[in-house]
Amino acid sequence: MTNLTHLSMSDALAGLKAKDFTALELTNAYIAAVEAARPLNAFITETPDIALEQAKASDARYAAGTNLPLDGMPLGIKDLFCTKGVLTTAASHILDGFKPEYESTITENLFRDGVVMLGKLNLDEFAMGSANITSYYGPVLNPWTGKDPAGADRKLVPGGSSGGSAASVSGRFAIAATGTDTGGSIRQPASFTGIVGLKPTYGRCSRWGTIAFASSLDQAGPMTRTVRDAALMLQSMAGFDPKDSTSVDMKVPDFLASLTGDIRGLRVGIPKEYRVDGMPAEIERVWSQGIEWLKAAGATPVEVSLPHTKYALATYYVVAPAECSSNLARYDGVRFGLRVEGKDLAEMYENTRGQGFGKEVRRRILIGTYVLSAGYYDAYYLKAQKVRARIAEDFAKAFEQCDILLTPTAPSTAFAIGEKQDDPIAMYLNDVFTVPASLAGLPGMSVPAGLAYDGLPLGLQLIGRPFDEETMLRVADVIEKAAGPQPLPPYCR
Amino acid sequence: MSQDKATLDAKTVAKIAHLARIKVPAEEQEHLAGELNKLLDWVEQLGEVDTDGVEPMTSVAAQTLRRRADVVTDGGYPDKVVSNATDAAEHFFSVPKVVE
Repeated sequence: MTNLTHLSMSDALAGLKAKDFTALELTNAYIAAVEAARPLNAFITETPDIALEQAKASDARYAAGTNLPLDGMPLGIKDLFCTKGVLTTAASHILDGFKPEYESTITENLFRDGVVMLGKLNLDEFAMGSANITSYYGPVLNPWTGKDPAGADRKLVPGGSSGGSAASVSGRFAIAATGTDTGGSIRQPASFTGIVGLKPTYGRCSRWGTIAFASSLDQAGPMTRTVRDAALMLQSMAGFDPKDSTSVDMKVPDFLASLTGDIRGLRVGIPKEYRVDGMPAEIERVWSQGIEWLKAAGATPVEVSLPHTKYALATYYVVAPAECSSNLARYDGVRFGLRVEGKDLAEMYENTRGQGFGKEVRRRILIGTYVLSAGYYDAYYLKAQKVRARIAEDFAKAFEQCDILLTPTAPSTAFAIGEKQDDPIAMYLNDVFTVPASLAGLPGMSVPAGLAYDGLPLGLQLIGRPFDEETMLRVADVIEKAAGPQPLPPYCR
Repeated sequence: MSQDKATLDAKTVAKIAHLARIKVPAEEQEHLAGELNKLLDWVEQLGEVDTDGVEPMTSVAAQTLRRRADVVTDGGYPDKVVSNATDAAEHFFSVPKVVE
């Protein structure tokens, strides 16, 4: 029998329809894989009982011929999505014991379409990080491992913040996973683990019931093994939600239909400012390879300029902390989660938040509080909002000359646990290529483009026009085919 | 931007921490001030960008907020509302005494 956990979502759906195996068999295979993968620390909470019940219901639907679009697909859910009655932590101590009384719109949409939940996936605390090392529940390990100069195994980070999501999909212990992306948290871990990660246009997926980090940037999206699977899963996640005031009321296109393989005549923008100083030759090589693939498929590369690119990270690290300091004000020890007593109300707040938040979250709340405080608001926050407008304007101008942008996803392959930990700015640089599209609210996607000389996966990023995920998926599909079958991570060999 | 720039010291960190209602132990304030200063120095680069006449971008969505009728659409389940509270009594959230 084929190894059930190595099937893509589309192949698993075909297998279930053909009655080659049952949803229960598929789910049992995944539950065993999740247990075996515990050393990678990708799950905060495993929910095998829920998964088995959902799989049985799924089999009943297949038997009755009433099966749903994603029926029986065993997914991991990033622990930033509220799931009714199931511990939801945001990987923070401050949400100890929190069991939401409601379901996030994203998980509700996925359950409506027949998805099976394997559990809640580890992440950087409140999605703040690029290596999944800030979680209260400990770091996640990448299923890909490296070698140090002496030839010994090096344990690598999976990227972040959706590190558990990336590790579980890459390591074949979730068929796909939900992620969220504020400045690159879907795309960068997808690149580090050799999978597909898609951040939709801001407003395409509902934020309701997703624990907020920076509300003007947060967007949920699929993390999958193939481009086709990303299209399938986005179809289920996307859609207008009156409960999210920034959810956009427009028809969701048929994403699968966009995978035509035909990109003839498409103009692919190559932003010259993405050739940053000190960029490894490997990144340059993969990028050039990507351009060649698209040319061979009939597209035309066009050099474009995004002059304010170099200011994107600094802009992000004013805007995102400012929004986070406001969003995270709700964790006060009164209504949910951790409470640490004090002699009065103010001290109870301070003790709870002092002990409940980790160092990176605390740093961002303090920076955010500072840039929003009287006397500094104009100099920092208002200035950053204006530069953000400049960055968005750059993209709008570039899209007058091209239909899609092609860039590297991240400036390096996965690094070792412990690296870049002492210098926040070095860590922030991981998101240098992903943050600009986030600030502009544009759809972005990382597609595996092969291995670097160090034997680790690298992704290429596509950035699309607002609400044009279709062109992005179409081009991603072409890249995926040109790159050919990707090797399994050492963990699965 | 530079004329408004202030260097954060431990005292300012303590003040911000209080504004944010986060207890920061005194022995960590100095180190934290150093970290925050480094970040603020780094974002100083935004001063180089000409933003004269640029409207600050508050949202990427070029849409006006939707409105709905001002009517009750939800509620009536106080048990659920307080179900996650550490200290809830008779459908109230309890906090340390505020008024003497």
